[in-house]
Amino acid sequence: MSENKKELYRDNGQTGSVLHEFDSSNKNLENIGVEILPVHTSGTVHAKRIDGKFRTVKWIIAAFWLSLFLGPYLRWDGHQAILWDLANRQFHIFGLTILPQDIWILAMILLFFALLLAASTAVAGRLWCGYFCFHTVWTDVFTWIEEKLEGQPNKRIKLDEAPVSLEKLKIKIPKHLIWLAIGLLTSFSFVAYFTDAYDLWGRLFKLEWGGVETTIILALGVATYFFAGWLREQTCIGFCPYARIQGAMIDTQTVVPTYDQERGEPRGRMKRVKPGEEAPQLGDCIDCNLCVAVCPTGVDIRLGQQFGCITCGLCIDACDSVMEKIKKPKGLVRYASLAEFAGKKLPPVWKRPRVIVYGGIMAFAAAAMIYGLATMSPIDVKALHERSPLFVQMSDGNIQNKWTVKIVNKGAEPMEAQISVVGPEGLTYQADKIVHIQPGNVGSTTLLVKIPRKQLTDTNVPVTIKVVDLNNPAIREDYQSVFIGPKPR
Amino acid sequence: MAHHNPWPDEGNTGHIWDEDIRELDNPPPLWWMLSFYAGFIMIIFYTLYYPVIPLTDKMGGFTKGLTDWTQINEYNDDYKVLKDWRVAKFADKEEKLASMSVADILKDDELKSYAVATSKMLFGDYCAACHGAGGAGNPNFPVLADDDWLWGGKANQIQASITNGRVGNMPARGMMGNLTDEDIDHVTDYVVALSEGKGNDAQYAAGKAVFAKGMCLACHGPTGKPLAPAGAANLTDQVWRFSSDREEIKNVITYGVNVKKNGEYIKGTRQAIMPAFKERLPNPEVNIKRLAVYVHELGGGQ
Repeated sequence: MSENKKELYRDNGQTGSVLHEFDSSNKNLENIGVEILPVHTSGTVHAKRIDGKFRTVKWIIAAFWLSLFLGPYLRWDGHQAILWDLANRQFHIFGLTILPQDIWILAMILLFFALLLAASTAVAGRLWCGYFCFHTVWTDVFTWIEEKLEGQPNKRIKLDEAPVSLEKLKIKIPKHLIWLAIGLLTSFSFVAYFTDAYDLWGRLFKLEWGGVETTIILALGVATYFFAGWLREQTCIGFCPYARIQGAMIDTQTVVPTYDQERGEPRGRMKRVKPGEEAPQLGDCIDCNLCVAVCPTGVDIRLGQQFGCITCGLCIDACDSVMEKIKKPKGLVRYASLAEFAGKKLPPVWKRPRVIVYGGIMAFAAAAMIYGLATMSPIDVKALHERSPLFVQMSDGNIQNKWTVKIVNKGAEPMEAQISVVGPEGLTYQADKIVHIQPGNVGSTTLLVKIPRKQLTDTNVPVTIKVVDLNNPAIREDYQSVFIGPKPR
Repeated sequence: MAHHNPWPDEGNTGHIWDEDIRELDNPPPLWWMLSFYAGFIMIIFYTLYYPVIPLTDKMGGFTKGLTDWTQINEYNDDYKVLKDWRVAKFADKEEKLASMSVADILKDDELKSYAVATSKMLFGDYCAACHGAGGAGNPNFPVLADDDWLWGGKANQIQASITNGRVGNMPARGMMGNLTDEDIDHVTDYVVALSEGKGNDAQYAAGKAVFAKGMCLACHGPTGKPLAPAGAANLTDQVWRFSSDREEIKNVITYGVNVKKNGEYIKGTRQAIMPAFKERLPNPEVNIKRLAVYVHELGGGQ
């Protein structure tokens, strides 16, 4: 089809993908004032690496993730310091053992960090994405290795385009092997939090890994290699829900890397002014495109905040280095909010409604967590009332109820649990035995309670089942239950 | 459809409607088409490997596939693995159940729990129809969770009841069949009073006399309490074998329990028979012991 006919019949580009020809964007969205920003779609983004303040910050924060690799080898009291022992349903965090009964504390920790994510986003944008996110960090390390082996971005692009040759393979194969090794070490370290790390190493050399371990380590390792090595920024732009969620949590008071349009525009290259010519009135932006070249997701920050931007600050480093060279003040691209550019003063962080609400929920979660840890009882009692029969008429006129009492020993010492029952006058009880329970185990016994029928004022009478540890009488718990009987005569 | 094609280079199929609506030839990517064709190749594999084509019953019902795979075969194989594992794991416990007496099993906490845990299904299958889930009882069928035992509540007595069954036996109108309607009214009042602990009150003297006249005390004991558990109900306690309703008590005295005349049950008599389970239960030597422990532990064993 000739060009002019295409113009005639496909002027809106509606038969093609929006991403395919983003300059002919969707009319409807345009009508309501939505601007569709370009997304890097042509091949791998090969970002330039330059030094700077944010680069240093990124490395320091990335080093935090080293703890993932080292964590499993810490020991505490003869066991792994951090161990999520799923098989025995016990979570060990240093001296603390959390059983499934106390799992709500873990939920509070998750709530705290979820809200921390929201609060930090409201204050300073996608801090998580830019600095902490494991995908960002792993991709950063992977591309650093790529640069060491393949050279600067222009060399890498050329190498990618070059036909397969021995020279190319000599560079590419080691790179992929190193990537895979990092991926597998990552998944190994992850799995090592769920089983004894030293034992896992030992069994690796004896080839005694179980099916689940092997599958998870291989699958996660290959996934790490694939995501950090191949998908890179496409994960942030296309897969990761944070890209959209966090973008929506930013407002005009949020500071994010922003291009100072007033100062920068009109942009243009500085030219030597020939005699007799008037110097053009240009802004500070010399249109060197370095900010785009260093961006790991390939966006142009000068178009404004956009979902492709993970607010990593590398464009600030780039622009500042250029401003230094051309002897202009730094900060043409800087951490700033839209409100600042509009000339408004930012309220202090603690006076912003979002921060107050998020902070309130965080405080609640933290308080609940501390309360839970402080009052975590070493004993947990559940008494299950027999369902059939609910009650039995005994020959001496008593009514009998039966419970199965389950006692969890959450402490570190063996327990000798003795059961007693308090209720209406005339109540007698017979617990099957004193229950011996090893740490982390559940003991169970049958409890028979009799109450004279004439003492039963209702079909449901409250009784209290008391359990005390004879080894340490400070450990006790009461369980409220109901005694069920026939209708009172 | 126009035959004139103004867009020859566009890659359309030549199908053009309403001047400008045309069908473009945009084939799916190669990898997509390859997996599409691979799907067809898989059909051959499926057809060979699995039972795919239904046939008539004479021809075997369906094609058998290369390895005779069916879902039920796979299930049975898996189940066999589980069963073998279970048998091997609990072999020593089953051995002990077989060799030890019920009284000894009750003394061994671990073995007792094992017997109780493995009895629930058996009890549901063989006992609960009459005795109710958990031994809760049903109208006319004894509660097993209470402490009133017609035939004795010791573990070995329960074992004997399950093994050989029990047949209740109470004559109609007293042992000699000589009680008049008036006598029965009196003795019914007396029996109700016994259960309330008022048997010695003067107003029930007439009933007490009938209790002796009808030879009730031969089985139920001189005070209304049997001297030994042999199927007769304890009349002094608050558990009723059949019903605490006065009319029902009167009926039992009038027509008895399991009373037969010429080989037929007489009208109105209570039929109370527990069959012998030594012929009914699978693997009776062990399972009867298991159930005896379970029944003993329901809440009233002695």
